[in-house]
Amino acid sequence: MIDLDAAMLIGTLLFLLGLTGLLVRRNLVFTLMSVEIMLNAAGFAFVVAGAHWNAVEGQIMYLLLIAVAAVEAAVGLTIVLSLDRRMETIDGDSVNRLQG
Amino acid sequence: MPVIFYVAGLTALFATALVITRANAFHAVLYLILAQLAIAIAFFALGAPFAAALQVVVYAGAIMVLFVFVIMMLNLGQAGVAREHAWLNPRAWGGPTILTTILLVEFLVALNSSAQFDFAKIGVQEVGYSLFGPFLIAVELSSLLLMGGLVAAYHVGRQDRDDEADRR
Repeated sequence: MIDLDAAMLIGTLLFLLGLTGLLVRRNLVFTLMSVEIMLNAAGFAFVVAGAHWNAVEGQIMYLLLIAVAAVEAAVGLTIVLSLDRRMETIDGDSVNRLQG
Repeated sequence: MPVIFYVAGLTALFATALVITRANAFHAVLYLILAQLAIAIAFFALGAPFAAALQVVVYAGAIMVLFVFVIMMLNLGQAGVAREHAWLNPRAWGGPTILTTILLVEFLVALNSSAQFDFAKIGVQEVGYSLFGPFLIAVELSSLLLMGGLVAAYHVGRQDRDDEADRR
């Protein structure tokens, strides 16, 4: 039997790594990757909890989370592409004015 | 099997730490794919084969391919050619290869001993029944979400004609 605390610790550490990446990196592609890591860590926690209590709901929530992650990646990467086309940079600090 | 789960989890943590410290976006994507595969193995060891398959197909497959496409599109021109040469450097592939080998060994161990362990504690059938039974509204909502994402991505990514004229 897998220890719930240890598994949740792995999920928490994954989430914290994603959060660190989000705060430290300024390249927008890395920012999106960090958000993906955090979403994935949340999904990991859902599946771990679902497996621990033999409940099917963990995997259902994971499925919904995957849909959210896919939409987030698609829209986010499109924004990165259009930023690169319009302003020729994907640095998060240099495009903070939202003037279109 | 706990050992497989913990080794996969540690591999995922290690690969994720490498993702957020890479300078090159392409190397980071490699390690991120690796982290996703490690998490898939952890799901498999937890007895959630449906989540494991989705993790490989949707996360490591579809979403990461999007990232690879976008990074490729951002690196056009002469600088892209120089970078392409740098990517063929064996040092760039060493780390991912070692970590993937760990996962492969785990996979083979799991396959050879699957008779002793309950790898399908919550199987595909169970998930499917409740997905299209009590959670039908959630499926509808996620389809709505995907439709919204499609429209938003199309709208934002559309190339305006005057935009093109500006750049030329």
